[in-house]
Amino acid sequence: MLQAHGLACVRGDRRLFSGVDLSVAPGQWLQVEGANGAGKTSLLRILAGLSPAAEGRIEWEGQPVAEGRDDFHARLLYLGHAPAIKDDLSALENLQTSAAVSGRPLDEATALTALRRIGLKGREDLPSRVLSQGQKRRVALARLLCGQARLWILDEPFVALDVGAVDMLCGILDEHIGRGGMLIFTSHQAVQLQGNGARLELTK
Amino acid sequence: MNAFVAILRRDLLLAMRRKSEMLTALFFFMIVVSLFPLGIGPETALLRRIAPGVLWVAALLAAMLSLNRLFAADHQDGTLEQMALSPTPLALLVSGKVLAHWLTAGLPLVLLAPVLGLQFDLSSRALGILMLSLLLGTPLLSLIGAIGAALTLGVRGGGVLLSLLVLPLYIPALIFGAGAVEADMAGLGAGGHLSLLGALLALGLFFAPWATTAALRIALE
Repeated sequence: MLQAHGLACVRGDRRLFSGVDLSVAPGQWLQVEGANGAGKTSLLRILAGLSPAAEGRIEWEGQPVAEGRDDFHARLLYLGHAPAIKDDLSALENLQTSAAVSGRPLDEATALTALRRIGLKGREDLPSRVLSQGQKRRVALARLLCGQARLWILDEPFVALDVGAVDMLCGILDEHIGRGGMLIFTSHQAVQLQGNGARLELTK
Repeated sequence: MNAFVAILRRDLLLAMRRKSEMLTALFFFMIVVSLFPLGIGPETALLRRIAPGVLWVAALLAAMLSLNRLFAADHQDGTLEQMALSPTPLALLVSGKVLAHWLTAGLPLVLLAPVLGLQFDLSSRALGILMLSLLLGTPLLSLIGAIGAALTLGVRGGGVLLSLLVLPLYIPALIFGAGAVEADMAGLGAGGHLSLLGALLALGLFFAPWATTAALRIALE
């Protein structure tokens, strides 16, 4: 369970948001909404532990995140704006490397299954630079299929995806929540997910 | 440890797929070193005298050429964020990247140096000491360079700033590295210089990854 109390974010001398409380329990999802520049990405980065919060505290399973950082990161899967894809590596190499870096090495068969399921059949060995934006996103999203992370923090996961891929991703997210996973994401689209969800509107 | 190997493998693979970047630095090293005998002429005594300094300065500059790409690409495509979120300590992953940088930008210089040293009429003994000093010194260049690359990450005009920041820090390596060859040629023995270079390397191996990690965390905020 992830809980945050009184989070605030300051960029330069501008206060993006303050007093943000949230909690996500197993089997729950949270969609963060807000206008452009409201601080959605900043909030997700703070929750993931990439940047410090100006105020407030974050707890994972009742413990402050700062005390058990590695333990928290072992259970976290964060996908940011940039897809973290190397243009010179193939989809398969990208997936296997990023899995190994996040401490969950993948064998080739599992990685290939994930890539096929995400709709990259026949493109597993192409260098990523020849893939389209949407296909690159799919390579990044393939990580969702092969980790055992409990908490997913996804920044605009639906960007650049076609209609079919949006439906497929919704299915993957539903599955994760159904398994008792936790999900925090931002999106400008009205997404219909199953299970127990909430929306958080960021305002000044 | 798995993550360390994965990062090392990935960076070596990327270097192999983009050989031109690696070869540019190597050719730069070759050309800079070769310009001196051509410019000075066949005065063997003078050439022997300046050889250690020229080879070492050229190695410093060549090792620096590839530094600004060390973290910049990872920063841009989001890989650095994923590294920071890995349950493996970031310092270990950084060490993997530095090792890959040394293997692709430092080790080739060590192997090429004796061939280039022949142009300066160096004895085989002096060439051996030169290789040894570069073998101890180039990893130190990668380690110190990584701190500079991390500090200038995301700064506009970072390339020039990086050289201003890193080159002064390279001075001890230059003094003891070139000094080792000179001392040996003067009959004083290179042991002292090489030991000091080794001590610097041990110090760098221990502290540089932490300093780099701290700088990277600041850049990620």
